[in-house]
Formats: sequence, C-alpha cells, structure tokens
Amino acid sequence: MTENVSGWTRDEMAARAAQELEDGFYVNLGIGIPTLVANHIPDGVDVTLQSENGMLGMGPFPYEGEENPDLINAGKQTITTLPKSSFFDSATSFAMIRGGHIDLSILGAMEVAENGDIANWMIPGKMVKGMGGAMDLVAGVKRCIALFDHTNKRGESKFLKACTLPLTGRNCIGMVITDLGVFTREGEQRRFRLKELAPGVTLDEVKTKTEADVIWD
Amino acid sequence: MSKVYKTASAALDGLTFDGMSVMSGGFGLCGIAENLIAALRNTKVKDITCISNNAGVDGFGLGQLLETRQISKMISSYVGENKEFERQFLGGELELEFNPQGTLAERIRAGGAGIPGFYVKTGVGTVIAEGKPVREFDGEDYIMETGLKADLSIIKAWKGDAEGNLIYNSTARNFNAPMATAGKVTVVEVDELVPVGSLDPNFIHTPGIFVQRIIEAKCEKRIENRTVREKNA
Repeated sequence: MTENVSGWTRDEMAARAAQELEDGFYVNLGIGIPTLVANHIPDGVDVTLQSENGMLGMGPFPYEGEENPDLINAGKQTITTLPKSSFFDSATSFAMIRGGHIDLSILGAMEVAENGDIANWMIPGKMVKGMGGAMDLVAGVKRCIALFDHTNKRGESKFLKACTLPLTGRNCIGMVITDLGVFTREGEQRRFRLKELAPGVTLDEVKTKTEADVIWD
Repeated sequence: MSKVYKTASAALDGLTFDGMSVMSGGFGLCGIAENLIAALRNTKVKDITCISNNAGVDGFGLGQLLETRQISKMISSYVGENKEFERQFLGGELELEFNPQGTLAERIRAGGAGIPGFYVKTGVGTVIAEGKPVREFDGEDYIMETGLKADLSIIKAWKGDAEGNLIYNSTARNFNAPMATAGKVTVVEVDELVPVGSLDPNFIHTPGIFVQRIIEAKCEKRIENRTVREKNA
C-alpha cells in the first residue's frame, strides 16, 4: 500500500463511481475496486446488481455459518439473495449483457485510451488468465465506466493516447474515474474532458500524469 | 429404457474414448459434476478437448483431469486458479482457446439449438476477431462465431427425476443448463433424485429430452472464495 498525499483512496474512488448510479439501474460491477462500489450506493437509489454467473439482485456476504456453495458471485465469493433476486443460466446472463439490458458496467482497467478503447485482460509474455466476461460487458452494456489508478507502479500514465496492451474492447468507455479525477466524454466521436479533480490534486499534476489528449478547460 | 444409473462410472460406461470432446458444467467450483469428473478420470481416456468456463483448482474439479494429463485442449473464458494448468500451458503440453464468457455460453446454446453460426459485437477490434468473418449490421461490425457441441456433457443439477427433468440450485445453474442441451450424450448428477411427478412442470429448468443418463450422488461442494460479514456490522 502506498500512501497518497493527494487524490482519492480506492474506497473514495468507488464512492465517486457510486454517484453515477441512478434509481432503477441494472448494474454489473467488475472484480477489484469496482466491487467496492456496492458499499456506497446512495440512499434512495434502488440499484439491482447483476452477477454474470447468473444472478440479478445480488445481496451482501452471508453471516458466518450461512455460506451456500451454490450461491456465489462472479468473483467466486459467497453471497446472499434479496427478496427481488432471480437466477438464470450463463447464456441468459449474457443475453442481458450483450443485448443492452444492463444500464451500467463499472470495470477495472490496465489501460484506457483517449478514443475510449480499454485493455484489461492480458499482458503479453505473462500468464494469461482469460477475459472472462469483460469483452462481452464492454461490447454490450449501455454505458461503461473505467475505474483505475491513474498511473502504474513506475508512475507512468495508464490513460493513454492509444492502448499498448491487447484490447478488451474498442471505443466503449464513456467515463474514466481514477485516483486523480473524473473524465467524461459524450458520444463515441468525442474527446474526454476533465470533469473534476480529486481533493488536493492540481491541474498540473494530472496533466503531467496523463498521456491522453484530454480537454482540460 | 431407464435413464437412471447407480454410479458415476456406470453412467459413463461405453460413452468415453480417446480424443473425445467433453462439456463440463459449472462456474469456478460452483455447480461442477464432481462425481462424473472423478469417473471420467478413472476411465483413463486421454486427449480430451474440454469445454468449460474454468479449469478447476489444483487437485479438484477439472484440476484432477489436468493432473493425469487427460486433457489436451481447453476451451474456456478464465483459467486463473490452477498452477498445474499454468505449468502445462507454459510447457506447451496443453492447448488453450479463450472465448469471451458470453460468446462461450452462446456458442454452447447455439450448438444445442442447431444453430451453426451467429454474429456478435463482442471482441470486435480485439485478438478474438482474428480470422473470423466480419459483417456489418445497421452500420456496426459484428464477428461470426460458431455453435459448439460435444461428444459428452457432464452436468450438475439439484433435483432431477427418472425422466431427466432437472432443476438447478441458485447460481449453480450457470453453464450447466446450456451444456445439457449441447452434448451428443448428456449425463447428469443430482443432489436428489425425486419421484417422477414430484417436480412442478412449471419450474423445470432442463426438460428431460436433453438428458440421457442420470445419477444421484453426494458432492463435496468446495467453496473457492469464502466471504462473510460480521453479525453486528
């Protein structure tokens, strides 16, 4: 863990992403920081979480002793049902995703490019675990938010002019939330624009750490 | 002709051969046909092409068939949890074909439904699209994917009857339901074999026509990632 003097912690990034949730939304949360978004759903906003292994209306983790091996989420964690929950098979699950029935997907990313491309599934030369449902999600969900640390361990920008890693999807990210700020773009042809800076982050800092061509005003 | 068999080995008798393709239901370790996987291992058939979303963990689930090197090719979407898998793959002993999870599920559904090919947006502009026909629909590019079938599907369900009607439990339905339709022969293990007529026809997930053989068997149901919350939270 590195101490950030400025910018958002992982939990604060998740809380910021949660502000994008709207009442009545069906939402799929990726593994990692996006999972934390579930802890920050605003009061009065009714959101139904989809888990691509076959569940709508994902509930919280079970109490100890109440774990059910037949009831897990896509991260293979034990979970519970809610009164509104439903179960379905994997083909039906991806009919929801590919068919555009899910309102919002929040995903982690290794790289995002200024044209909305995302890479989050493989690093050439390293053991590849697979894309799981990520390619289906970015291709099919109405709106995709990428939630990731602005720079890598070497301090290099992960918000790039063009992705260097193999793509998960092309031109599919509409919003970027990092530890440094929020960037949005309207429509597939538009550039990202800086929407807000995280507390304590200066415009100069985020400019220095961003390779992507972003509208800063 | 009865579909009910006494043991997993008996249920696989005469169905297995070297070079065969096998669909194995489950997501991670949730809803895998533990007894049929063990029985398949005991047949010692080799050179299996295994179609399964994941590859089990070391020594459990499909990890058992990897340990004995009975699998020569996996068609999967995510295989992260298995060191023996990684070793064999990096050593060039195991062939691997990644499919996006939804594409994999739909290929299986299509295979079972008699659909040899279909178009999806998933993977356009990625390595997944390489070599696949592209077609434009309403101004957007789609890639062609093909239906998948297998010589054998091994399926885990919650309740089943002698007709082969099945009900799955919770998220253990996952790939089991589509795979049950796409096996030339589909063999199922259930937690409970119940009398014909006791399952409500309104709530059958897999109708018996897709099932050729069925056994009742106890499963360990190992939990891959146990997560709990505090009582007083």
